[in-house]
Amino acid sequence: MANAKLWGLKKSPWVFHVAAASCNNCDIEILDVLTPRWDVERFGIVLVGSPRHADALLVTGVLNRKSLSRVLRVYEQTPKPCLVIGVGTCTCDNHMFAPSYNVVGPYDKHIPMDVYIPGCPPKPEAIISGVVKALKRL
Amino acid sequence: MKKEYSQAVLDEIGAKFPRASVKIHAPRRTYVSVPRDDVYEFAKFLFEEKKCRLSIATGIDKRDGIEILYHFSHDPSGTYYNIKTLVPKDDLKIRSLADFLPAANWIEREIHELLGVDFTGHPNLVPLLTAETWPADLYPLRRDYADEHKELKIEKTKEDH
Amino acid sequence: MKRIVPIGPYHPLQEEPEFFKLIVEGEKVVDLEINIGYNHRGHEFIAQKMTYDQVPFLVERICGICSDSHPYAYVMAVEDAAHIEAPPRAQYIRTIIGELERIHSHYLWVGLAGHFIGYNTVWMWVWRYREPLLDIFELIMGNRNHYAINKIGGARRDILPEHYGTIEKYLDLVEKKTTMFTKAVLDDPVIRARLENVGILTKEDAIGFGVLGPTARGSGYAIDVRKDDPYDAYDKVDWDMIVFDEGDILAKAKVRLLECYESIKIVRQCLRDMPDGPIETRVDEIPPGEGIGRHEAPRGEVFHYVRSDGSNMPARHKIRAPSFMNIPSNVVAVRGYSIADAALVLAAVDPCYCCTERTVVLENGKKKLTGHDLLRLSRQKTEAIRRRYRR
Repeated sequence: MANAKLWGLKKSPWVFHVAAASCNNCDIEILDVLTPRWDVERFGIVLVGSPRHADALLVTGVLNRKSLSRVLRVYEQTPKPCLVIGVGTCTCDNHMFAPSYNVVGPYDKHIPMDVYIPGCPPKPEAIISGVVKALKRL
Repeated sequence: MKKEYSQAVLDEIGAKFPRASVKIHAPRRTYVSVPRDDVYEFAKFLFEEKKCRLSIATGIDKRDGIEILYHFSHDPSGTYYNIKTLVPKDDLKIRSLADFLPAANWIEREIHELLGVDFTGHPNLVPLLTAETWPADLYPLRRDYADEHKELKIEKTKEDH
Repeated sequence: MKRIVPIGPYHPLQEEPEFFKLIVEGEKVVDLEINIGYNHRGHEFIAQKMTYDQVPFLVERICGICSDSHPYAYVMAVEDAAHIEAPPRAQYIRTIIGELERIHSHYLWVGLAGHFIGYNTVWMWVWRYREPLLDIFELIMGNRNHYAINKIGGARRDILPEHYGTIEKYLDLVEKKTTMFTKAVLDDPVIRARLENVGILTKEDAIGFGVLGPTARGSGYAIDVRKDDPYDAYDKVDWDMIVFDEGDILAKAKVRLLECYESIKIVRQCLRDMPDGPIETRVDEIPPGEGIGRHEAPRGEVFHYVRSDGSNMPARHKIRAPSFMNIPSNVVAVRGYSIADAALVLAAVDPCYCCTERTVVLENGKKKLTGHDLLRLSRQKTEAIRRRYRR
């Protein structure tokens, strides 16, 4: 039963949502997948209020100098094994914020990432499909 | 019906602040250049007597100094009165408006950290946006800023509480 | 004994999510400290490295919810600097998108406010009827958010005549549903008890802090760029400014809900009166000069200042989002109310989103309170009021 936790994770992933320096749009789309049209709660995906309860982290936005250490702290608090899913193009390559003085991303320099969901913002369908792909990898 | 700026206000400005020069860019966009020492009184006049609202302030790095624009909006007439003033590079100081205008508090902190202008009399002139690890003498919106951030080490900042 | 209750910092606002430090005495909030910068991406710095035509794509990524407002204000600033006027059809298109965005943003706030006080039904309901609006955006502009409709000297995409019917149909639906929400939400005694006389921002404070949008209009400070400084099609259509004097959260909620009706009115008239013709003018160069653009975003006036030096990039681009002025006013609005109300008061200026869901664990003295607890406290209070009413 070494993989009991993994088995549990696949059945009903609890996700915690971390916004670094995002424009809010990916965050709204993440909330959107909980509302009646998509309603991912029927698959057991629940957004939780504390990283200590989470199986997966949904990160959005670029990392900046001030939010970096907070994001790392949230990552440290999450019980392992955990999935880290990057939502939006900003998480992949800093998007158009790359020249800025305050941006220190991309994410994979600082945290191990599992899945990227590109798009600005990705459509709710894409977010669901990304999460499903991440779960399939386990 | 398009509203227009009021000539009466401009005349009053001319009478009270003889050193001010007015430029009318568009019907509701006026720019008033005043010397640095007059800014405080002029802003007080616009806010208290003319009931203008401080929209925001802009700092611009020019060759001969840092230009600060205070954008005041007179809402009943839809007019923007923009106070322009030049702070010379060798003496980057200007009197803070925050003591009678709470709206000026944050933006003065922002200009202070991004352009390095000292606002004398500001109650709490600490950096607003940049991280604690950002060097205090590096101003990213200055003209001579040449992507120095690329050499900066990425450090952990301290916890909030 | 004074305790500190931190909220934040994960709070994805426009330019700056913030970190609130509530200083409490027992249940009462005595002071508030605000610390921002977690979302500072240096837009003004990047904008100076981009050409005039690229900047709208950058500024619409300041905020995903008002992603029409920033490019709108920016193109008007450049048009003001270069004395360009957009053709009439483009003006109407921009107005329509601006108003549809207002409906979507106000719906979003009503839903989240319901979520904070423990009425998840309100949240699910309201967001359900927000969806068809996003479909319209996708139909017209190809993306659910980040519309990229504004262009210097016009609009980037046309609204096709065959889409008028879809928009009209949605407006009928949204009008019916807004009536439903207004009645269901504002007539509910429990919700009223939670919102009435809470988080009062007086008119004097509103003027001093220079607050904008529904926050100002809920405090009896009647400012609205669309009326004061009409642009595009706003002076060609007939609509009213909604103002309430109470200054509490209920007044702000009323302003937002009733503004949805006004937006519906504006979009209907625009669709009816929209002239045919080109949607953009040719822009050859931006002469040296300076310009100001203002647009009434759902949260208040967005202000952009552009200085041109005759090159193809802005020499300076100043951006001011409405929340930059609204959030400092929380310091006076939250003082004297209980911790359970704080989550709602801090959300009342519509900082787009709930920070409390993403707070870090805090400790002070023996007791640990998280943002999650704050939300729980808020919901418990609603439950207590609800029980009282049931009796």
